[in-house]
Amino acid sequence: MFFWSLVLIAVGIFSSFIYGRSRIKLNSKKQGTKSKSLPNYYAQYVLMWCLFPALIVYFSWAIFQEQIIQNIVISNFEFIEGAVYNEGLLLAEIRNVANNPSFADGKSIEIINAASHYSSLKQISQISFYTSIIIMMLLGALYASQKLKPEFHVQHTIERYIQYILIFCSSVAIFTTLGIVFSLIFESLRFFAEVSISEFLFSTEWYPFIPIREGQTAAEGSFGAVPIFAGTFLVMVVAMCVAGPLGILTAIYLAEYASQRVRKTVKPLLEILAGIPTIVYGFFAFVSVAPFVKAFGQSIGIDASPTSALAAGMVMGVMIIPFISSLSDDVINSVPQSLREASLGIGANKAETIKKVILPAALPGIVGAFLLAISRAIGETMIVVVAAGTAPNLTGNPFENVTTVTVQIVVALIGDQEFDNPRTLSAFALGLVLFVITLFLNIIALQIVKRYRERYE
Amino acid sequence: MSNSKILANSVDVYYGSKQALFGISMDIKEKEVTALIGPSGCGKSTFLRCINRMNDLIEICKVSGSIKVDNEEIISDKTDVVSLRSKIGMVFQKPNPFPKSIFDNVAYGPTIHGLVDSKNDLEEIVHSSLKKAGLFDEVKDRLNEPGTSLSGGQQQRLCIARAIAVNPEIILMDEPCSALDPIATAIIEELIDELRLNYTIIIVTHSMQQAARVSQKTCFFHLGELIETGETNKIFTNPDNTKTQDYITGRFG
Repeated sequence: MFFWSLVLIAVGIFSSFIYGRSRIKLNSKKQGTKSKSLPNYYAQYVLMWCLFPALIVYFSWAIFQEQIIQNIVISNFEFIEGAVYNEGLLLAEIRNVANNPSFADGKSIEIINAASHYSSLKQISQISFYTSIIIMMLLGALYASQKLKPEFHVQHTIERYIQYILIFCSSVAIFTTLGIVFSLIFESLRFFAEVSISEFLFSTEWYPFIPIREGQTAAEGSFGAVPIFAGTFLVMVVAMCVAGPLGILTAIYLAEYASQRVRKTVKPLLEILAGIPTIVYGFFAFVSVAPFVKAFGQSIGIDASPTSALAAGMVMGVMIIPFISSLSDDVINSVPQSLREASLGIGANKAETIKKVILPAALPGIVGAFLLAISRAIGETMIVVVAAGTAPNLTGNPFENVTTVTVQIVVALIGDQEFDNPRTLSAFALGLVLFVITLFLNIIALQIVKRYRERYE
Repeated sequence: MSNSKILANSVDVYYGSKQALFGISMDIKEKEVTALIGPSGCGKSTFLRCINRMNDLIEICKVSGSIKVDNEEIISDKTDVVSLRSKIGMVFQKPNPFPKSIFDNVAYGPTIHGLVDSKNDLEEIVHSSLKKAGLFDEVKDRLNEPGTSLSGGQQQRLCIARAIAVNPEIILMDEPCSALDPIATAIIEELIDELRLNYTIIIVTHSMQQAARVSQKTCFFHLGELIETGETNKIFTNPDNTKTQDYITGRFG
């Protein structure tokens, strides 16, 4: 149904465009004057007035039709006295019967009646849908064609409409973000209604599946997220230990030592690292790095588990090298050349200049790059899912397996559970914590980087 | 010619395939101020930057010919650029203090060259350099404030103090007053006059009055060639070359 209506709308806007074009030409010929704008703009004007009303009808039907029809069917349903109904199941049954009459065998007369009611409503809805699309398109085109006079500066109007369209498009992203935030908050509130905030934030036992207290019914299992935060922190520290030095040194090489040609080749290559799907890094961590870590641990007498914070953190470190190196390289590059010349002019060599002048001057920007990398590291999911394990160990030993916030969210949402128990809801609380932390890190980092840019530009 | 400090002989400079300087030969005397004048893009800054090998920083720049400082060839792969630059200080067009304290700005050179053994020595060098640059009285109470907090003229004198702290013999100045107001300019010019007693100074300037005021020798550059060089008095009153005459009387440039 909706496919054919799209065809209908396409035909409508095409003909409205042609109509608008010929109409304005005719009008200006009649008056003997040239139109203020090019004929195509008038045609676009008619097209827009034809398209937008049609789209409004289209989307309101797509969103509301099913709901309205269902409400009507339910409210007219002849409920049998005393019987208990589940509305969702009932509706599914009615729809099934309506869509496929062979299901009608053995159903009660009320259901069959409701199904035929449903079908007839659907039919009415469909007819009125097409009619209203056609009427709205005609009305729009009619209104627009009234205005097709040569002295009408249609170009300005078109510019304004285009501006509205752009505003609408950009607000979609903003409202989506708001929607995400609100859904996080509301679901988290449901979680905290069953598990206290202090238990969540300060208790060290994370066993979301097992009831550990006698008579516990509301919250099954215990939800102390400390081991998860600690695991996240541990993996992040390992990652930064790898990415920090490597990233900074790479940036120094690229910005200060590499020739233009090398820089132009190496920088995009590094940025490709950032484009590798993280699950692929995960394989790498699990298949290549984790066994190596285990073997290394055994050789120095530490019993390493097959998945470990160290393996995941090291690979994650490699993944975020480009974040640090690329941003730091930009920052180092924006340290004014005059400072380099001043230092070299006094007779400092390159290393002294970098150590004593360039890096101190670039430090705020580099800190910003680090914070962005950290926020990326704690939000990273797939590497840790594959390579860090899922055991909520409260440990500082990177050879043990740990779990992170993102992993626990994945674990909590796997399976066909409904969002009505603390286990699945815990995902939202964890997500909220993650969101708040990364949000703050990003805000601080961007502030630092921005202030730094202002200082030198 | 015993007191020749810098001797340049047929210096050519190329930026990529574009030639910027054509066979510059020049003889710069010790403890004099030499002014390099000429219209924009005539190569005077380029020449200045050859003397302390600052052009090395530009990848596509190639220098050929010979420049001798104290009879030592400096246009050579064997030249120790670091010690050359500690002997030749440079002051730039825009004041460029490090984003460090006033004290650390001046202390930077002596520290990296290991000129001092104790904190007291360092302090003394910093103070005496600031005094020589005529800045000490203005900043003695706030040596720990950032160098960038000073006014433009003060910053430029800080840069001069920073340059003379490593005890150079030559100071190169690349339009040191072009970013300053007339009062700060006058102070710097006075300072240049005092510094002449101890240092050989080469100054690039756009202002002919400034060249006339501070220099003993003047060299006029045009389109990458050295047109005329001589006593400042003579260049500004009775030049040999008509191009020089046209430039200093303001007919072009």
